[in-house]
Amino acid sequence: MSSNSNPPLTRKDFTSDQTVRWCPGCGDYAILAAIQGAMPQLGLKKEDIVFISGIGCSSRFPYYMDTYGFHTIHGRAPALATGTKLSNPELDVWVVTGDGDALAIGGNHFIHLLRRNVDLNVLLFNNEIYGLTKGQSSPTSQPGLVTKSTPLGVIDRPFSPGQLAMGAGGTFFARTIDTNPKLMTQIFVESSRHRGTSLIEILQNCVIFNDKVFEDVTQKETQDDHQIHLEHGKPMLFGKDKEKGLILKGFKLEVVTLGENGVEEKDILVHDAHEQDPSLHTLLINMTLPTHPVALGIIRDVEAPTYGDLVKAQKADSQRKAKVKSMQELIESGHTWIV
Amino acid sequence: MTPTQNKPSATLEKVVIRFAGDSGDGMQFTGSQFAFTSALVGNDLATFPDFPAEIRAPKGTTGGVSGFQIQIGTVEIYTPGDAADVLVAMNPAALKSNLKFVKPGANLIIDIDAFDKRGAKKAGYEGDPLENPKMEAYHIIQAPITSLTKKAVADSGLDTKSQMQCRNMFALGLVYWLFERSVDQTIKELNQKFGKKAPAVAQANTDALMAGYNFGLTVEALPSTYKVPPAKKASGTYRHISGNVATAWGLMAAREKIGNILFYGSYPITPASDILHELSKHKHLDVITLQAEDEIAAVCSAIGASYAGQIGVTASSGPGIALKGEAIGLAMMAELPLVILNVQRGGPSTGLPTKTEQSDLNLAIKGRNGESPIIVLSASTPSQCFEMAYRAVKLAVEHMTPVMLLTDGYLANGSEPWKIPDLGALPPIQQPLAVAKEGETFLPYLRDPEKLSRFMAVPGTPGLEHRIGGLEKQDQTGNVSYDPANHEFMVKIRAEKIARVANYVPEQAIFGPKEGELLVVGWGGTFGALRTAVKELRDEGHNVSLAQFNYLSPLPKNTAEVLGNFKHRLVCELNLGQFANYLREQFPQYTYEQYNKVQGLPFTIQEIKEEILKHV
Ligand code: SF4
Repeated sequence: MSSNSNPPLTRKDFTSDQTVRWCPGCGDYAILAAIQGAMPQLGLKKEDIVFISGIGCSSRFPYYMDTYGFHTIHGRAPALATGTKLSNPELDVWVVTGDGDALAIGGNHFIHLLRRNVDLNVLLFNNEIYGLTKGQSSPTSQPGLVTKSTPLGVIDRPFSPGQLAMGAGGTFFARTIDTNPKLMTQIFVESSRHRGTSLIEILQNCVIFNDKVFEDVTQKETQDDHQIHLEHGKPMLFGKDKEKGLILKGFKLEVVTLGENGVEEKDILVHDAHEQDPSLHTLLINMTLPTHPVALGIIRDVEAPTYGDLVKAQKADSQRKAKVKSMQELIESGHTWIV
Repeated sequence: MTPTQNKPSATLEKVVIRFAGDSGDGMQFTGSQFAFTSALVGNDLATFPDFPAEIRAPKGTTGGVSGFQIQIGTVEIYTPGDAADVLVAMNPAALKSNLKFVKPGANLIIDIDAFDKRGAKKAGYEGDPLENPKMEAYHIIQAPITSLTKKAVADSGLDTKSQMQCRNMFALGLVYWLFERSVDQTIKELNQKFGKKAPAVAQANTDALMAGYNFGLTVEALPSTYKVPPAKKASGTYRHISGNVATAWGLMAAREKIGNILFYGSYPITPASDILHELSKHKHLDVITLQAEDEIAAVCSAIGASYAGQIGVTASSGPGIALKGEAIGLAMMAELPLVILNVQRGGPSTGLPTKTEQSDLNLAIKGRNGESPIIVLSASTPSQCFEMAYRAVKLAVEHMTPVMLLTDGYLANGSEPWKIPDLGALPPIQQPLAVAKEGETFLPYLRDPEKLSRFMAVPGTPGLEHRIGGLEKQDQTGNVSYDPANHEFMVKIRAEKIARVANYVPEQAIFGPKEGELLVVGWGGTFGALRTAVKELRDEGHNVSLAQFNYLSPLPKNTAEVLGNFKHRLVCELNLGQFANYLREQFPQYTYEQYNKVQGLPFTIQEIKEEILKHV
């Protein structure tokens, strides 16, 4: 039964019959809605889509999608999804994870997934806190944050998911935010097209345990100055009237204003998401307030063989060279003798 | 049996030979050559390599000694033998670390050239090891292996190092002469191995081999030669197989039967790594191997493959299995097939990585959080690993559950002749695939009425979209459920599902009469020693039988009956009594005596016989 002969899929086709159980006001709702909106745009058959999650608030996600779904164990979704994708490359596999799930207990799987470049889409809900276990600090919590497990403030230095991805050889990194459905949808669609591990960091507000953690980025009045939306091939401009931009000075990115100190639009960096060298991508990922805007959009999207491609190539190669074509031939090969 | 001397040729029923030398001396190759040549003659045999504990220990020290033991026989052979009748020691360190594996009165073939002061000192001997009065218990054959090898290959054009690497062939030639074996097969092999690339090396090794053989012929100091006539074996085509290779091939045969993909997620660990090495060679036979970043990723990737409708397999040894526990619980809860191979080694913790033990039985049966039963199997001999790995896949796939197969370091590295089976005759494996029905909501936890297993809904199948996970599920729908009564119901039905597997496994067999005085009870890799001991004692007129278990959880249906037909039960295992305690729990109506050994070593036949004699 091919979906082609059926009416086109809509958001409703991807909505399961399960009641969504996140806290009212949680950023997860908007992410779910954006995914459900993006799904019909992927041009895929519903039965070929699989959502695999770990443990945490975000990891309830598969229950709400009317696709194939597997809610696994803490931190291990990337490993499990690797097995699923490698052994059935036809599937479009999405990993849903959070900052604790991906970067603490599952940190090892996370970096190795990126290094292998398995063709998966990873939605990393980053709320800089543990929600499901009721409010402990996470690997992305900012220093000084007071939580139940850090009454005197966090003293760990935070991880940056994007920086980790660059360090691990990631081929796709995008950052978006739960308050921007349009950007989310666009990135989800793009990430599905990327061949290799597509890592999407979604800045997500946990209203209960870390409310307004990204307020500085999202506040209506300042968001134009505090965010930069990167688009491949376009100059890195931001601000209400796109009057600000980024230039490279030495090894650092600097914010400049068009028209000031003789700066013209041609001086502004043009975003090249396809550049293999991750240096500039890393600088963009590392930008933080108040000196720089926070970079959103697809920051890196480069081509590289996926792990699945290489598995396939090795198989084809060994099939060409193999003298033994079946198990019976294998067990009868080599040293044998007759009694 | 020790060869008797002063006879031109004596006939032996069985004999144990041990080759020992520096890890660079090629003892494994030497031993396997002797094994194959003996197999061609028609002997039954079993071999076991004794790898050095250190990878690159200094030359000539006991830490770097590599050994290879083989028992050949005209009778059925089930173990590589308790102790050697012939030891080949290439240097003093080899003698020092192997003398404990040698019978009094044995022939010791030593390279006398290596027994100088320096060599003795390196091995940790004070003074001349051969002058020790203890050595009078042995018949020492002093062969100038180094100098005669040098002479034999002097014109080969090889450098000194390569010349010295022919010493093992000299020793092998001598042993061939001693046992009246032909050198032909090895010469053929040398030509195959080196012929094209390095004809000089092939020639030098052949020359050394012949020099060793001729040394035996001409030197009077040597004892007579020995004959070990062919064994009576079922006719057919045979090959050698080690436990780890047999395990890998069993998995592959099951894959071929189903016609899907074998996905093997694994992390290197002794003594399981050879399964990964073997499977990695056969990608063209629809095997995917993933050397994962850790043990947890290994098992999780395998579960991911099972979820995708393929055969997910992971393997490890004790420490790695401990790490996989949570994920095995997930597969149990999600009711997905998964095969976990546990090649047991000495524990606890890092324990004795290169030594054998059976101390992971508790871990296998009970080592997960919550009520989480799985199927537990074990293999008895290196070649039986093939059948049990095949069975493990069959049970996992057909009953939708994790299956753990327990082998051990002794089985994994040991090898024996294997009658090559007709794979067409292996039992079929049926994946219980779910089918979408128009207009009906798919219920992922609907069960087969007999097996109680659910049906496999493979992602990619239209109409079967569903969600599963590690949270407790509502009966049938699989939706998350915190309902207390439902939880208890699900816990019980998952337990009952595993219990019912007993209806699908063979009844427990008994070696010897089905009732009587004493039943020796064993499981897994102790089979060879227990079987031989029981057989020898029966031949001597004792009333003793053996039940060696391969199906551990659930136990075969007739287990109570098997145990009840004997006055006494003696449970022998390489741990402190894990199977004995398990039987006590399952069948409290019987009493159990135990014989346990936890030394990282297999049972010897002798100690089992002595123990049995205390009970009959
Ligand atoms: S705890 Fe926070 S992250 Fe979790 S559901 Fe509630 S608001 Fe969302």
